[in-house]
Amino acid sequence: MIPEGFDYVRPASLDDAISALVDGGEDAKPLAGGHSLLPLMKLRFSAPSILVDLQGLPGLSGIQRENGTLRVGALTRHAELQEAGLGVISETAHKIADQQVRNRGTIGGSLAHGDPASDLPTLLLALDGSVTVQGPDGQRVIEAADLFEDYMSTSLRHGEILTEVRLPALEGFGGAYEKFTRRAEDWAMVGALAVVQGSDGVVSDVRVGLTHMASTPLRASAVEEALRGKPLDAESIAAAAEHAAEGTNPPPDGNATADYKRHLARVMTRRALTRAAGI
Amino acid sequence: MRVTIRVTVNGDERTAEVEPRDLLVHTLRDELGLTGTHVGCDTSSCGACTVHLDGEAVKSCTVLSVQADGHAVTTIEGLSGADGELHPLQTGFWEQHGLQCGFCTPGMIMAAADLLARNANPTEEEIRHGLEGNLCRCTGYHNIVKAVQQAAAVQAPEEVRA
Amino acid sequence: MSSVGTSLKRKEDPRMITGRGNYTDDMTLPGMLHAEFVRSSEAHARITNIDISAAAARPGIIGVFTGEDLADVVAAMPMAWVPPGIEVNTPERWPLVKGEVNHVGDAIALVVGRSRGEVVDAAADVIVDYDPLPAVTDPESALEPGSPLVHEELGTNRSHEWSLGGGDVDAGFAAADVVVERRVVNHRVSGAPIEPRSAIADYRAGELTLWSSTQVPHFVRLFMSIVLGTSEDKVRVVAPDVGGGFGAKLQFCAEEVMVSWASRRLGRPVKWTETRSDHMATCHHGRDQVAYVRMGATREGKITALHVKIIADFGAYFGMLTPTIPSLGAFVMTGVYDIPAVKTDIVGVFTNKCMTDAIRGAGRPEATHMIEVCIDQLAAELDIDRLDLRRRNFIAADSFPHEVAYGIVYDSGNYEGTLARLLEHFDYEEFRAEQARLREQGVYRGIGFSTYTEICGLAPSRVTGPEGFGLQTGLWESAVVRVHPSGAVTVFTGTSGHGQGHDTVFAQLAADKLGVSPEVVEVVHGDTGTGPMGLGTYGSRSMAVGGESIARAADRVAEKCKEIVAHQLEAAPEDIEVADGTFRVRGTEKGMALAEISGIAHVRPELLPEGMEPALEEHAFYDPENFVFPFGAHACEVEVDVETGKVQVTRYLAVDDCGNPLNPMLIDGQVHGGITHGIGQAIYEQIRYDDAGQLVTGSLVDYALPTAAEVPSFVTDRTVTPSPVNSLGVKGIGEAGTIASSAAVVNAVIDALRPLGVGYMNMPCTPLRVWTAIQEAQR
Repeated sequence: MIPEGFDYVRPASLDDAISALVDGGEDAKPLAGGHSLLPLMKLRFSAPSILVDLQGLPGLSGIQRENGTLRVGALTRHAELQEAGLGVISETAHKIADQQVRNRGTIGGSLAHGDPASDLPTLLLALDGSVTVQGPDGQRVIEAADLFEDYMSTSLRHGEILTEVRLPALEGFGGAYEKFTRRAEDWAMVGALAVVQGSDGVVSDVRVGLTHMASTPLRASAVEEALRGKPLDAESIAAAAEHAAEGTNPPPDGNATADYKRHLARVMTRRALTRAAGI
Repeated sequence: MRVTIRVTVNGDERTAEVEPRDLLVHTLRDELGLTGTHVGCDTSSCGACTVHLDGEAVKSCTVLSVQADGHAVTTIEGLSGADGELHPLQTGFWEQHGLQCGFCTPGMIMAAADLLARNANPTEEEIRHGLEGNLCRCTGYHNIVKAVQQAAAVQAPEEVRA
Repeated sequence: MSSVGTSLKRKEDPRMITGRGNYTDDMTLPGMLHAEFVRSSEAHARITNIDISAAAARPGIIGVFTGEDLADVVAAMPMAWVPPGIEVNTPERWPLVKGEVNHVGDAIALVVGRSRGEVVDAAADVIVDYDPLPAVTDPESALEPGSPLVHEELGTNRSHEWSLGGGDVDAGFAAADVVVERRVVNHRVSGAPIEPRSAIADYRAGELTLWSSTQVPHFVRLFMSIVLGTSEDKVRVVAPDVGGGFGAKLQFCAEEVMVSWASRRLGRPVKWTETRSDHMATCHHGRDQVAYVRMGATREGKITALHVKIIADFGAYFGMLTPTIPSLGAFVMTGVYDIPAVKTDIVGVFTNKCMTDAIRGAGRPEATHMIEVCIDQLAAELDIDRLDLRRRNFIAADSFPHEVAYGIVYDSGNYEGTLARLLEHFDYEEFRAEQARLREQGVYRGIGFSTYTEICGLAPSRVTGPEGFGLQTGLWESAVVRVHPSGAVTVFTGTSGHGQGHDTVFAQLAADKLGVSPEVVEVVHGDTGTGPMGLGTYGSRSMAVGGESIARAADRVAEKCKEIVAHQLEAAPEDIEVADGTFRVRGTEKGMALAEISGIAHVRPELLPEGMEPALEEHAFYDPENFVFPFGAHACEVEVDVETGKVQVTRYLAVDDCGNPLNPMLIDGQVHGGITHGIGQAIYEQIRYDDAGQLVTGSLVDYALPTAAEVPSFVTDRTVTPSPVNSLGVKGIGEAGTIASSAAVVNAVIDALRPLGVGYMNMPCTPLRVWTAIQEAQR
């Protein structure tokens, strides 16, 4: 319940924050809303030497729309996304944990943490978004497909701070996130996020992301391939969803075997696609 | 390392000397004497520690005290009016028997206040989902739902947020 | 005007809704130290070394102690059951282990220091070397020859065997056309009150004061005096506001001993508050029984015999009541049914897990679940409607008091009546039609019933005590009713409420007896330093035993008042009645209010009748002649997502009968919470260990208490069949909802899944288990 001791700074600029992380060494960690990091620290699964609080950094919060892209500041809280009226983005944010958590947790923190059971990594991956990071060597953009490397491990380097998330606005797409949990507030046992665009009754574009089906979020590429160009109807969706477990490696736990999770992935994918398609 | 923080708590500016690792709930309880906010778990699950930070419900077991430096906190002790008049949620919980042991109650009420601030006229399902971050072992939630419904019925939305 | 029978708003609420409650961890004493335990990471091991040097050297640390330091703890942790004629293997348990750990979480060392943070840091620096021993976690495996032994010195994992029966079971089965056999698993659960346990000990000038989050302060005082080798008068135990118990706080805890011992040793107050992780690993669990059930019946649906073999997993040690728990269930093994022959054989088993003990219902949920699930199984076997089968076997309403086959006497009941009332709220035929319609659309709903009775109001001591069942204590209750000179009233009760509303309903009870408003009646409980000894709150006893004690003490005060009034107004005492807030001469306007009477009794004793003692205070000790047996009929509707196996409770209806309702609002509240507790066990909650004995449900993330989103609003109603056992006509209601509900849920799930070929399953009905059951049935 009580974390190990650590030092704390609250820098006023991004450069200062990066310096503090670099100076603090490997065990220095950035702190946004703290809702991924602090629970681990309380159970002493994580013990940083110094926390660099990002809350004082200007300009890292808020949502802007620019040429078909949503630019979401890294410190934007789940609650803001939830209430922004952004279709599947808001739906996904609303399905994270509970309201208190959504009032504190940030999109940048969630993505940088890279927990395969959490929801926003799936959203980023399914939407082909990207993140902008700033570090001692300057700024770079990491595509979603390159961000999640392994269980709670991302391609952010030490000293880099995630500053912005870019999500395509996907005008003309329908979207849905089906999150299977035992209880309302739980982590996803399995989740499937689908966005679909139809044109003259045919699937012109489709993307499907999966939560908690491997050590990272996954794209259900086989489902996408099976559905692209097919009639946008229940039959095609059902057939395509059967491919949802291909290429997955779901971690079993006390509540779910790997087989059961593969089954759930197919069901959740079909349901997400069906709802995204408005059927 | 010790840090002095300034936090506006229930309208009063308070200072406290804390370690960076001190959780907001511990500072409220142990340093500022506000023991109405409780701790029921160590995994951000139960919601007994719910307070408002800058007007929104948060789990104060998952906020460092240093993070609250410069911000405003409202606890259950600050929810009723200066004259002691009960907040409609407090009245609702009392009149509808929305509590038994009372341990989850402060957090439950603070979460419900956030819920009503977002949605002045929630359906039963919205209330139930709106309180999914707060566990109660005594009431089976039946009368908690009724308490929130009563408060919603008497309270104009802009007054709900503490 | 009578207050009893009305839903008076609670007197305890104003402090609780404003954050002014006073729970143990809310308190800080001058100079107070903090305590943290070093706990075993191993399920079973010999400890070869404990290195405390680094921990002891840390800043702020005052002392680090191990089992070797406990020479002045003069007795091991007590277990309160010595059944006549039965040998019970009882492992020794000390507040800190001595050489061997037997489950994950076993307490190895105590660290005491200035602040919570410092003791937590230091505890992590205590280095324990283990020599691992093989562990056993499954109770049936533990009974196999060659199993690892939890306690080598006992030579067996079997704690005891205990049987209860009546009637000719062999003849009963011989007369049966059909015998249903089922293995009914009642899995391990946690009580999980939202307030974790907490204790503060302050030993000064030879006297110990212990504030503790407990349901049983008087038991704690008694056992503390034994264990610490002092006398009870030197120990005061206070239960302040207690944030829920559910049996988890019906315990004499090693941690309470250790903070008391440390305070005595260090001369300063010491506080311990457990984390939730500690609670899940070390506060006693409940249930964990496997029942092999045989139920015999005629083709016409008359049950002829019941045999149940129960394997009860007690974990590594005994708590205060551990081995008694399955026996409590045996008392009501036949439920609401007239079964001529019954036998229950109990085998107790040790495993390398946390000990089990009483959790809400304690044995009766297991018994009720078993019989209510099995009667549904029998109905399916006989192709008789489940409710018809129940009706054919109900004990008839005109046969009470009713002695069941093994000699217990049910006090009163009307099982047809509660079921009939339930069906006024629930149209069974309409449901069946709707169910069939929905199934065609792929929606699977099911309905489950549970018609139950339970045994509560513990007492009576002549049955439960040393010569009877074997508890080494009486289970009577006490009350003092004190009228102050102003006419204000204080009621002291030996029960110890922790959410039930005692402050309110006991005030109502006393107020009516004394012609005053409940507002001027203060109820004091949970403090051994105030009223007389009492036995605490558990086993749904507070109203039926504690309330009756208060009624009797208040009656004695009222009698004295009548004599005083009669003397003052020159009337006969038998002509004085309590009406409209006064003690009045019947048929006249003449009378005196309690304040006037008390004024005379305290200030003008010379005006009292000749020989009467001054002041106005009476006490009562009450030991009932029998238990009380609340009963009811519950119905649960579920919808099962048959693709995923997820179960949602969509409707729940309960008709309960707890005798005369003193505060209907409080009764409904107890039922709501009880139902949710049972739904929790039936679908969501389960304590699980892996084969190596590691706890895998050690937090509220993994141990899934239902949230508001998992349960519906409930329909509750009551019938009223007063108990003849006490003058109030009351029965208990605190556990009834939990006892009834798990079977209703499981029966509903099975009902939903029958078209898919699932005829039986054990709880918890988690998505994985339900989905697996469907897959296996379809295979």
